[in-house]
Amino acid sequence: MIESDAFIQALQDIGVDFFTGVPDSILAGIIADLMERRLYTPAVREDEAVAMAAGAYMSGKIPAVLMQNSGLGTSLNTLISLNMIYCQPCILIVSWRGYQGKDAPEHLVMGEVMPQFLDTMKIPHRTLSEKTAIDDLKWLAETFMKQRIPVALLITKGVVKGLHP
Amino acid sequence: MRPEQGTMQSRAMAMAALLELLTDQPVIICNGFPSREAYKIADRPTHFYMIGSMGSAPAIGLGVALAKPKKQVVIFDGDGNVLMGMGTLATVGALRPKNFIHVVFDNEVYGSTGNQPTISNVVPLEKVAKAAGYVNVERVREREDLVYEFKDMLKKDGPNMLLVKVNEMVEDVGRVMLDPPDITKRFMNALE
Repeated sequence: MIESDAFIQALQDIGVDFFTGVPDSILAGIIADLMERRLYTPAVREDEAVAMAAGAYMSGKIPAVLMQNSGLGTSLNTLISLNMIYCQPCILIVSWRGYQGKDAPEHLVMGEVMPQFLDTMKIPHRTLSEKTAIDDLKWLAETFMKQRIPVALLITKGVVKGLHP
Repeated sequence: MRPEQGTMQSRAMAMAALLELLTDQPVIICNGFPSREAYKIADRPTHFYMIGSMGSAPAIGLGVALAKPKKQVVIFDGDGNVLMGMGTLATVGALRPKNFIHVVFDNEVYGSTGNQPTISNVVPLEKVAKAAGYVNVERVREREDLVYEFKDMLKKDGPNMLLVKVNEMVEDVGRVMLDPPDITKRFMNALE
């Protein structure tokens, strides 16, 4: 399992210096760590977090937005009509609830279709694994810089140390 | 709100009065006619004109205000927009950025889609903002009050909300003739 502080350090190493989002249990360890370091700006909805990240990006920051995958639905219009249209990149750190059908009922539909959903929206994505973590982060940074659109790193349960390891 | 209901000032008139008082402050302007009118009245590189992502103007402004604490950030918003992104009033109220002036042009209608009524005739948005934690809020109707309060807010620590009641008149304006990626680039350069 990846320690959340090592994960945050890796994000900072690729330049991320603005963190916002809406919590999820899979991301709890990361958010707790970010808050302890006073690096995290909490939002009340994921689309708000995405818009805040856009403002930060235009002010010279490299933003990351943390969210549960249900938040992708909430953010859809902002990701399309702000980020995509205005060429404003951001890093989406998305917890993959409903992965392999093992979760509460409200997560199962999005959990099943999420990769196709992101493909349809033309949001490049990768799923973080401990083995390929260094490569995943490098890909994240390169895609952000090159494509200037949102790019998603998906995190399944138990990969980064959180509330429910 | 119809002119015969007591508000003589149009949004474009109110906006022109405020733009005269601004120089190089970043201004985030919500989607629909407000962006098109601002573009026609005075186009500046410090303007971020929105198309789409309705309700997001204050959230974008918040991101700028937090990342650039020395810049005074102005948001030109509408009542339909504020109602759509009402949660952001709470985020702004909780984070309390001092450099944040949220102007709401309240015409009580969705003016860009055919003047369907919003609910701002019965929901006082500046009171919602105050309850959420905005430091200074004002509701004005007349041009003199608008100018006076805006000048005052430019001097005060925020977050501030200035709600101005305007009528539903719309200027004869075209679209913003800039490509969105160019708006981003220009705005970023202006902020540096």
